[in-house]
Amino acid sequence: MKRRVLITGIGAVTPLGVGARTLHERWASGICGIVDGAGVCRDFDPSEFLSVKEIRRLDRFSQLALVAAGEALAQAGWSDEIPYDPFRVGCVLSTGIGGQQTVEAQLDVLRERGPRMVSALGIPMYMPNAAVAAVSMKYHLQGHTYGVVSACSGGSHAVGSAVRMIQYGDADAVITGGSESTLTPFAFASFEAMQALSPTGISRPFDARRDGFVMGEGAGMLVLEAAESAEARGAPILGEIAGYGSTADAYHLTAPQPNGGPAARAIELALADAGLAPGDIDYINAHGTSTPLNDAAETVALKRALGEDQAKRIPVSSVKSTIGHLLGAAGAVEAVATVETLRTRIIPPTLGYEVPDPELDLDYVPGEARALIVSNGHPPAAISNSFAFFGHNVSLVVTGVGPTTGGRRS
Amino acid sequence: MPAVTNQQVESRVIEALASFGPDPDEITRDSTFEELDIDSLDLVELAQIVEDEYGVVLKGDDMKELQTVGDAIDLVVSRADAEA
Repeated sequence: MKRRVLITGIGAVTPLGVGARTLHERWASGICGIVDGAGVCRDFDPSEFLSVKEIRRLDRFSQLALVAAGEALAQAGWSDEIPYDPFRVGCVLSTGIGGQQTVEAQLDVLRERGPRMVSALGIPMYMPNAAVAAVSMKYHLQGHTYGVVSACSGGSHAVGSAVRMIQYGDADAVITGGSESTLTPFAFASFEAMQALSPTGISRPFDARRDGFVMGEGAGMLVLEAAESAEARGAPILGEIAGYGSTADAYHLTAPQPNGGPAARAIELALADAGLAPGDIDYINAHGTSTPLNDAAETVALKRALGEDQAKRIPVSSVKSTIGHLLGAAGAVEAVATVETLRTRIIPPTLGYEVPDPELDLDYVPGEARALIVSNGHPPAAISNSFAFFGHNVSLVVTGVGPTTGGRRS
Repeated sequence: MPAVTNQQVESRVIEALASFGPDPDEITRDSTFEELDIDSLDLVELAQIVEDEYGVVLKGDDMKELQTVGDAIDLVVSRADAEA
């Protein structure tokens, strides 16, 4: 029998502010963190959290990771001391691109001042594993420690890999998640060249007027622990990662397989892994990028995996409507938002969704937040999807803490 | 007339090291890089600053021998004198 994997801490730094609760509360109250076509973490001042040395030696994507990890670990009650043998604690983080700001700054140095002036800190700052190295060093995590790269599904792949690590017995606890900070002129130009970004700068997933995604920056982190270990130390239990499914489209570099087949398969695998049926699911946190192709393919995939009736019954909303697309951090931030949704029993809306697309006919939670209705007496359960460029499809099943009567509609 | 004075180099080196993180009040000629938590990557940065400022080229082997802030200052001054 598989070991159960509990969530004991969560953290986030997003365009809505610093903190996992801040993310969910502001999203649920309808606040949009996107300004002028970008989701910038405007409230994030690294000097409030990090030393001069840390700030100087870490690209912003690693700074965001470190602060979100600090929040998650504090919630799990780990701030002073690791409650495990450090070699039994893993760290698996994702980034889509890595330290892009450092790359660009050092390229300027190369061109303006010559190769001898390029910083020795360049590669240690922009390598994609820089964030995982920073978190591991700060908290002395010495088990399986690595970065995960799968574009906009990376955050979810990291969480899934962490779950498997604990289930297999390679670790008793894992800090996992993702971070991204790629809001540079070069990255904007690159995504614009692909016609992936919204020319209007508005993220409105599933709406008929959707015209591309809005890029954002931030980090999301989760502390996962083997159930027996977490319970033995009396850890706070926020929920459980109950299922993980992952497939690839093998179809096109950027466009999703329009028939949604491989994405649907990831959802089916995650449900089977959790031992749940579509009727057990109370909420879906969509990948929902606001691109014409993704939102159509995701809708098809949900119907295919869950059946038409169940897909239409379950509320679906997208965090990207409020913070934009955080690329390699997106799946992790969305898992964090899903945990908060199940904990608070409040489903935040898909902001900006006003004009239905006739082809997209699910319940996308328009307008305002609503209460999570938990069906048939089980702990609340949700699906969190990530469907990246190339067709990296990941689906996580997250369950909350019962009983279903506790804390609802209070 | 030396190329640069010991005083000039000392104040520039301490300013550079302070920007790397340690408390400026704790940086003296006798401080070791270990106690200031200055590692090999920081020393390469320091070498680049020194090269930019005084035209003194310090290689990895030069830097490896350095234990204290005073060692670094003396090395820069002697090289600058040699090249002057």
